[in-house]
Amino acid sequence: MLKDITLGQYFPGTTLAHKLDPRTKILLVVLYIIALFCAKGLVTYAIMALCLAVCVRISKVGLKALVRGLKPVLFIIIFTGVLNLFFTPGDRYLVEWGILRISDTGIRNAVFMVVRIMLLIMGTFLMTYTTSPISLTDGLEQLLNGLKKFRVPVHELAMMMSIALRFIPTLIEETDKIMSAQKARGADFESGNIIQKAKALIPILVPLFISAFRRADELATAMECRCYHGGEGRTKLHVLQYQRRDWVALGAGTVITVGVIVLGRFGL
Amino acid sequence: MSTMIETKELRFTYPADEGGQPVYALRGVDLEIEKGSFVVVLGHNGSGKSTLAKTFNAVLLPAGGKVYVEGMDTLDESLLLAIRQRVGMVFQNPDNQIVANVVEEDVAFAPENLGVPTEEIRRKVDDALAAVGMSEFVTHAPHLLSGGQKQRIAIAGVIAMEPDCIVLDEATAMLDPIGRQEVLSTVHRLNKEKGITVILITHHMNEAEEADRVVVMDDGRVVMDGTPKEVFTQVEDLRAIGLTTPDTVDLLDRLRKDGLDVPLDALTVEECADAIARALAEN
Repeated sequence: MLKDITLGQYFPGTTLAHKLDPRTKILLVVLYIIALFCAKGLVTYAIMALCLAVCVRISKVGLKALVRGLKPVLFIIIFTGVLNLFFTPGDRYLVEWGILRISDTGIRNAVFMVVRIMLLIMGTFLMTYTTSPISLTDGLEQLLNGLKKFRVPVHELAMMMSIALRFIPTLIEETDKIMSAQKARGADFESGNIIQKAKALIPILVPLFISAFRRADELATAMECRCYHGGEGRTKLHVLQYQRRDWVALGAGTVITVGVIVLGRFGL
Repeated sequence: MSTMIETKELRFTYPADEGGQPVYALRGVDLEIEKGSFVVVLGHNGSGKSTLAKTFNAVLLPAGGKVYVEGMDTLDESLLLAIRQRVGMVFQNPDNQIVANVVEEDVAFAPENLGVPTEEIRRKVDDALAAVGMSEFVTHAPHLLSGGQKQRIAIAGVIAMEPDCIVLDEATAMLDPIGRQEVLSTVHRLNKEKGITVILITHHMNEAEEADRVVVMDDGRVVMDGTPKEVFTQVEDLRAIGLTTPDTVDLLDRLRKDGLDVPLDALTVEECADAIARALAEN
């Protein structure tokens, strides 16, 4: 059952959205987020929604999968919506009900806020849906390379991330095994209240952690045996290279972002 | 033939746990391993064979004595990368030595560390995968492969450094018989075709049958050293240090004790069958 979990929810494919350089996609998402927070009115929000719709269409990722991504944050979306709806002071109140008052700006703010969060989440999910975790790590490492001058351990962080990704399936398998072993000896993970359930997890977590530390130790030795000595002087099998499509995508992204910021200034 | 690895009066001690005794893992080992040979190091648990293996590429440094890899002293820190590039090591658990999520990326790990140019990495990766017969799995995810396949990927990851010597530290211990056979035939082929020195650490007797040389360790010392025939015919001595003999030798030994005149040094099943047939015909 644990084997079904896939991390990062990557949907392999060969569309333009998949082929773009991961750095391009990360930068586009950053631009998208900036633009989203500069959007002020109906026009700008419509532009953002249209952009997302076009990207979704290109990527051939099902709308269903995107909407599914909203589920875990549904509570936050509703919470923000309700707060904005009831507690925004305005000129005209449509409903007054004790301390709960709904103003015209309240309705406007609530709707825009909810749309903003939804667009934000769907946009970032689109990136993880179309980019494998490995190339995402690679892209991040390349993008942040400049920070090495400020002694930020960029390579080490990227290496940690890719090793973590590599070991997720291994550790999930291990958890499965430990759970089976405990169940075979009569452990009960299903019944009881939340505290009892949490306590039942201890006999799983302890062996899991011990084995993870042992694995880490062995992996470090194996890496040293293969001449690993940090990021210095390291080369790569796959070198990221910007293609023409990346420049086009980045150009389009920049133009739209600037456009949205300007329009937002006019309150549109 | 020139020397690949040489140890002189090699000693190693694991520090004591709190209140415990320090463990003397190696108590003076003198070994000379020739280039291009296939050496099997046998011994039961705690005999010091894994410790010995780890001193060959400076994962562990000698507490006394010296280890020379192609004449380079492992205590010299400036030679560390050169030594590790020449002596590759494959460990017991394949899961704990695979670094990347994609087979080709994992095999590329060592050349990447050595700063090999990109085009050349590609060539080395393809060559290494071809050498272990895993070319069709270039873009597979390692965790979906079988144990034997994973271990062959680990070997490819070492071969990609183009080492002169591979040390397999109980690399077959966690595999099923099929996986074990895959790994063994792979290293035998590498030894014959590429002339790579192979040092196989194991406690499976029958993995030693086809070796050029067998070294038996007990209690931190080398107690026997010779061709498989020379070593395995010393049945009583092997039993005394807690090792079993290969099934064939065991059978011949028992037949001899029952009065049948058979030689002891027929190691493979065919040789053994021939020897028994001949002895029976003479009777």
